[in-house]
Amino acid sequence: MAEPATAREIDRSQMTISDEVAIEITGMNKWYGAFHVLRDINLTVYRGERIVICGPSGSGKSTLIRCINRLEEHQEGKIIVDGTELSSDLKNIDKIRSEVGMCFQHFNLFPHLTIMENCTLAPIWVRKTPRKEAEEVAMHYLEKVKIPDQANKYPGQLSGGQQQRVAIARSLCMKPRIMLFDEPTSALDPEMIKEVLDTMIELAEEGMTMLCVTHEMGFAQAVANRVIFMDQGQIVEQNEPKEFFNNPQSDRTKLFLSQILGH
Amino acid sequence: MTTHEPIAYVREKMAEQKAPPPTSVGILGWIRANLFPDLVSGILTVVALFIVYSLVSGLLPWLLHGVWNASSLDECRKIIAERYGEGASGACWAVIHERFWQLMYGFYPSHLYWRPNLAFVLLLLGIAPVLFDNLPRKMLLITIAVPFVGPWLLWGGSVWVPIMVFLGFVIGIMVNRFVGRMSGALVGIIVGVLAAVVWWLFLSGPAADLVQSIIPLSIEPVASRNFGGFMLAITLGITGIAMSFPLGIFLALGRQSNLVILKTMSVGFIEFIRGVPLITLLFVASVLLNYFLPKGTEFDIILRVMIMITIFSAAYMAEAIRGGLAALPKGQYEAADALGLDYWQAQRLIIMPQALKIAIPSIVSIFIGLFKDTTLVSIIGLSDPIGWVKLIQANAEWNGIVWELYGFVAFVFFLFCFSMGRYSMYLERKLQTGH
Ligand SMILES: Nc1ncnc2c1ncn2[C@@H]1O[C@H](COP(=O)(O)OP(=O)(O)OP(=O)(O)O)[C@@H](O)[C@H]1O
Ligand SMILES: [Mg+2]
Repeated sequence: MAEPATAREIDRSQMTISDEVAIEITGMNKWYGAFHVLRDINLTVYRGERIVICGPSGSGKSTLIRCINRLEEHQEGKIIVDGTELSSDLKNIDKIRSEVGMCFQHFNLFPHLTIMENCTLAPIWVRKTPRKEAEEVAMHYLEKVKIPDQANKYPGQLSGGQQQRVAIARSLCMKPRIMLFDEPTSALDPEMIKEVLDTMIELAEEGMTMLCVTHEMGFAQAVANRVIFMDQGQIVEQNEPKEFFNNPQSDRTKLFLSQILGH
Repeated sequence: MTTHEPIAYVREKMAEQKAPPPTSVGILGWIRANLFPDLVSGILTVVALFIVYSLVSGLLPWLLHGVWNASSLDECRKIIAERYGEGASGACWAVIHERFWQLMYGFYPSHLYWRPNLAFVLLLLGIAPVLFDNLPRKMLLITIAVPFVGPWLLWGGSVWVPIMVFLGFVIGIMVNRFVGRMSGALVGIIVGVLAAVVWWLFLSGPAADLVQSIIPLSIEPVASRNFGGFMLAITLGITGIAMSFPLGIFLALGRQSNLVILKTMSVGFIEFIRGVPLITLLFVASVLLNYFLPKGTEFDIILRVMIMITIFSAAYMAEAIRGGLAALPKGQYEAADALGLDYWQAQRLIIMPQALKIAIPSIVSIFIGLFKDTTLVSIIGLSDPIGWVKLIQANAEWNGIVWELYGFVAFVFFLFCFSMGRYSMYLERKLQTGH
């Protein structure tokens, strides 16, 4: 079985799932040209849920979570985020994007800005927060991800793990209600993976709604309340982590798990 | 069979620190490493030294025997012959001494030289805070004033004209704000630009006249045909640079846009302009444009040339910036989007700063090229420095003089272009933020 993501005991007191719907996806389909990437996706995410999405390469995991903040456009079906439906109306899109934080595989920090500027940019320009206040908030989150002393450096001067933690802090500075992660640790060396996962676990402990594409099964078992398996653009199976790993139903899931867990 | 030495080894006496051999340090070491590392390089060094020697030994006497005071080429030659013997070579700098003001200002009235001088000083003060961000930000007020005060100082006339032109920008921005809030950023920009253009074309002139008739405030006007020399070159160069840069940015963005019409127009414009030599555009400006304009409209020749130089460089600028945009990873756009920045914020705060940084070397090359290309206007009859060289050569006194004049013009151009090159290197170093 996979290693646990963290050695310490996870504090579950805040990890409560409410009845409030955070994201609702119904009958969603997406094509790239003639290629049908996402097929008939139905998914309801409640506030406080921590969902891990896994599946083979090219199965559409990235595409699915990128549809949630409209980095990709879907052609059919409905996506409702925080009560706002995603349509081509730019105002809705900007509203949703400022409520939904996203972390990328390659961090995508802005290399020409310092860590502090990376974190304060969106609050200042999108939320119109006064600079001083934005800097205080940024410092708070940088302390949380344990790199307050790097605030005046540039991203190029930080290690990969530190950069990814800055990226998380940058998203948090917008005080998002939902966080999306697209393979946040897969570009990192093993010892850095842990520091990023620890940050994500802390976030989960505070009750953040999270959708996370990852192959870190230890993280899934420790933190997730639901694991979704995707293949060929479809949600093939979803279940609680314990059931999902110990008792997978579909053959595809079994095959995938045997490959990824190496038995 | 060979006998192997035992592998185990212990050093018994530690090595003392020694000075390096004399052939590898100091001047000798440097000469050896850089000039004579091997036979072929050694021969090349000797040959190169010989070439440098012949150049300098030919040029130096010519430069040193220079004559600064004379009223004609013949007189120059006589003085040189007297001083250094028959057949000695010497430069006749006297021509530059005598014609200096024409080379600088053309036929600009000499009692008004203070005006271009003041404009130039304002220009330097206005550029400084743009070039060096450690200067006080208040200086940017001068930067904003220069485009209006500068031309007014140069051409003179009613003070209300530049004020009305400035008002056009104010109107454009206000309309943009107002319309943008109601119906989207893009519509806001289009309507704002339209409003400003309408103001400039139809309303600003009469408005300036009206106010002038009530409160007359003006300085002596100077006609464009009196502009000349380096003053003209700098005026054309600076306006070309200042206007082609933003235009280039918009063209590059247009070319990348998802809006088909905008994209097609940008591509068409860029490709058309790049396909035509600048000199053709200048002839269009000087000759053809008059046919198309309604009879009696006066459209200043320098203004026409400025527009042509601007659109010419803007096309190249757009391509240089597009190169910078293409070099940016897609993730930068996505991160900006994911944070909720809108298109213009993302461009201004994230994309352009990085794309322009990548494009600095090409952009500065275009600026340098533009500045040198201003000499082409001598072909359509404007008397820039090259035009003046020809005018001076046509004089009886200075007939036959070549090197001194062209050398001087080249030297001044070199100073400007070299500074631009150095600045670009400084900027690149300063913006270096990675490892
Ligand atoms: N911009 C695009 N245009 C066309 N096809 C695309 C595009 N982006 C992705 N695809 C295709 O869509 C499919 C799903 O891609 P996606 O990136 O969502 O997969 P993934 O599950 O995230 O895979 P990975 O684990 O490798 O990241 C792939 O087959 C990919 O080739
Ligand atoms: Mg992916």
